[in-house]
Amino acid sequence: MVSRTDRSPVANWWWTIDRWFLGAFLLLMGLGVVLSFAASPAVADRIGLSSFHFVTRQIVYMLPAVVVMIGVSFLSPRLVRRLALVMLVGALALMVLTLFAGMEVKGSRRWLHIFGVSIQPSEYLKPAFVVICAWLFHEHARQPEIPGNLFAMLLLGLVIALLVAQPDLGQTMLVLGTWGAMFFIAGMPWLWIAVLGALGAGGAFLAYTIFPHVADRIDRFLTGEGDTYQVDMSIEAITRGGWFGRGPGEGTVKRILPDSHTDFVFAVAGEEFGIIILLIILSIFAFVVLRGLSKARREEDDFTRYAVSGLVILFGFQSIINMGVNVRMLPAKGMTLPFISYGGSSLIAMAISMGFVLALTRRKPEKRRPVAYAQPAGREAVAG
Amino acid sequence: MTGASEYTHDTDTSAVRRGAATIVMDGAGKARGGRAQNRVVMAMAVIFGIYAALGGRLVHLAMQEEPEASLPAARVTASRPDLVDRNGEVLATDIKTASLFAEPRRIVDIDEAIEKLSTVLPDLNYQQTYRRLDSDAGFVWLRRQLSPRQQADILALGIPGLGFRTEKRRFYPGGPTASHIVGLVNIDNKGIAGIEKFVDDQGLADLQATGLAVEGHLEPVRLSLDLRVQHIIRDELVQALDRYKAIAAGAVVLNARTGEVVGMGSVPDYDPNNPVNALDKDRLNRMSAGVFEMGSTFKLFTTAMALDSGLVSINDSFDATRPIRIGGFTINDFHGKRRVLSVPEIFIYSSNIGTAKMADVVGIDGHRAFLQKIGLLGRLPTELPEVALPTEPKTWKKINSITISYGHGMATTPLQTAVAAAAMLNGGKLFPPTFLPRTEAEANEIAEQVISPKTSAEMRYLFRLNTEKGSGRRAEVEGYYVGGKTGTAEKVVNGRYSNNVRFNAYIAGFPADDPDYVVLVFVDEPKPERDGISATAGMNAAPMVRNIIRRSAPLLGVKPEFGQESNALLVSQQ
Repeated sequence: MVSRTDRSPVANWWWTIDRWFLGAFLLLMGLGVVLSFAASPAVADRIGLSSFHFVTRQIVYMLPAVVVMIGVSFLSPRLVRRLALVMLVGALALMVLTLFAGMEVKGSRRWLHIFGVSIQPSEYLKPAFVVICAWLFHEHARQPEIPGNLFAMLLLGLVIALLVAQPDLGQTMLVLGTWGAMFFIAGMPWLWIAVLGALGAGGAFLAYTIFPHVADRIDRFLTGEGDTYQVDMSIEAITRGGWFGRGPGEGTVKRILPDSHTDFVFAVAGEEFGIIILLIILSIFAFVVLRGLSKARREEDDFTRYAVSGLVILFGFQSIINMGVNVRMLPAKGMTLPFISYGGSSLIAMAISMGFVLALTRRKPEKRRPVAYAQPAGREAVAG
Repeated sequence: MTGASEYTHDTDTSAVRRGAATIVMDGAGKARGGRAQNRVVMAMAVIFGIYAALGGRLVHLAMQEEPEASLPAARVTASRPDLVDRNGEVLATDIKTASLFAEPRRIVDIDEAIEKLSTVLPDLNYQQTYRRLDSDAGFVWLRRQLSPRQQADILALGIPGLGFRTEKRRFYPGGPTASHIVGLVNIDNKGIAGIEKFVDDQGLADLQATGLAVEGHLEPVRLSLDLRVQHIIRDELVQALDRYKAIAAGAVVLNARTGEVVGMGSVPDYDPNNPVNALDKDRLNRMSAGVFEMGSTFKLFTTAMALDSGLVSINDSFDATRPIRIGGFTINDFHGKRRVLSVPEIFIYSSNIGTAKMADVVGIDGHRAFLQKIGLLGRLPTELPEVALPTEPKTWKKINSITISYGHGMATTPLQTAVAAAAMLNGGKLFPPTFLPRTEAEANEIAEQVISPKTSAEMRYLFRLNTEKGSGRRAEVEGYYVGGKTGTAEKVVNGRYSNNVRFNAYIAGFPADDPDYVVLVFVDEPKPERDGISATAGMNAAPMVRNIIRRSAPLLGVKPEFGQESNALLVSQQ
């Protein structure tokens, strides 16, 4: 294949990239395409599109997503930071624009229609936000006189304000959770953890009291009463599937399960392909997150550590919320399953996000420099 | 140094080298880096825990049985025992049918599904079916109890989301022949009428509820009915309905020694296999669920009462010269002889005046007590659920006793009347009628002696006399010594007795010297068979009795006796 001695960027990329990550992401994207054949024709039929409307679009988005992911993975950490900064500024601007010019869908303004393509700026905001926060934490740690943490908090406040204004409470929770996890990893004192935990609980309570639909969903989840239709259908789909599934195309709950191609693709996969496949999907997500954190733990560069852990935690939280809702462990909340659910913005943004992870986890020869640097001292010590 | 020791040395150095590197790094960012590493480990633990919980939940879901509860709740209909007649002929049996259900959420195209289904089930209601299929229900019945052909046709349509469930369906091979006795089941195979309901009430329903009524393990229930006699009865009734243009007719053949109902019919009836009209008011079982003023047939009870009281002897006579006037009513005779009549004459001429006078001898209280004793004032105890309560005056006055003595002013069911008449003829033993087999010994055990055997013997004599010389001549069947009493009751129309709307009845026993069977026939609102003859019981009910006896007596094993005439015949042939 590519020679070890080849020094071209591609060869360099090939020998330094984390192939386990790459494999996992490509596997998930492939599963996304396969599962869209199961999940989306039913939805397309229901809303009167041609059966394979969403399948085609999923594939059409998947190709640029792969290209984007691999393209981004070529970037150096510095370029990652810059790209993230550009994305963050762009996404923030678009989100402000969304509040005024966005399409209103089901009471929320989350989508922007530009040049015939509808995009969801908040999807692009998330990875950029994580990377920039990682950078801010890193700067603060490196030079405590720089108020990195404060900036990070201000940025969080801004992002959350924009998300709540849409309103998109799912993304808000996701961003909050990810930011909190990053801050935690970045060495937040336990006192702060307590304070922020209290604030988070207060915020959750506030959301419960202010937004009736949030209260409604929580109540339904806790009491099991009221309209738990979607989740009931989802559970039924999974239990009908059993260990080995009903077989491709044999699913029936998908016909009546709303959002079966986005939020409930996991349940559709369960009905047709079985719980074993679900466990495999779950394991892939867990593998990505744990491997990412494990790499972050061994990582010496703070920025990379925070950024990688933040990105994989974002990825992990999103998958956890989606799967948790599907198996009725969490209150109903619309959240896409990374790489698998249908959704152009989500897919491309996730590709960028995981491209960042790939870029940041490439083996960096310069990291051994301290070791090399210490070598003479060591040898002398032994010799001496 | 040897090469080997150099190698060892190198290894040592590299180990130290790593140590040194660590030391350097720790020196560079010990506090921060170490803490971050711990924090990452904590985060990993938490996230691993969450994923493990999700995995556990999935395994838990996989362990669960498929939620059948939300899908077809198994409604396999209950098994029922066959009903057979006394000779083992099947009256009712279970057959398996397919019932069509749909799982609406699996129906791809509702319009297409209904359109295709309509080719097999043309009477499918589009609106209603659409509503059902459009719901999110997991299971809806579309059509119960289809024929095998329909099932095959629907399967051939290949509509997804439809399925069949095998259900039991009750089938009555005889159709309407014994409909009122056998009864009916509902769509869930539960008995709702007749003996079917009786069988359920005997504990079959409980058995089914506990799931013990296992298919194929139910002993057939044998009835006292004789399907052949039953058929004859219904055949004669249907003919009579047509011949006399009557609104209804009914008949019962009762075993006089055991109380077993050998056959009973009431037309118009219904086909239990397609009981669309079973609930029509007109189609009730008039024999047990209808009450009628029986008219002159009631005189047999008055006569028996008078004779049994000891106050009247069969050789006594009563003056029937003049009508009785009481309370503004005039009691007159239909076939008035205008002379003093002996008791047998009163009976065979069916004299209202004479009968009223006989009742007067017994008195009001005695009259009522007698009717009470022979079961004409209470609900008839039997297996059939459809039993009407007889009516009687709230307070018995003299006028009531007088009218009741000849069958007006109180109403009883025909079956009840036949049962009481059997007691008058069989030696005085009253037992409730039964639709299940009963031996004579069993009957004697429960029998209640209501009149003396002597009175009963006198009643047989009167019965026979009436057929030989009185109004019942047209009931005679040669060799069977039919004895009987006619009754032509005027029906109440708009609160007044009308003299051309009638309820005719005939009660017979045969052979009259010691009756094996009692036959009661009634025909409601008969018209004259042809111009020039009247529509009295002797002209319609009596011939119906004759036909029934003539056709069924040989089947019932009653030996014809041709007496002196046959002896003479034998002698002459020698």
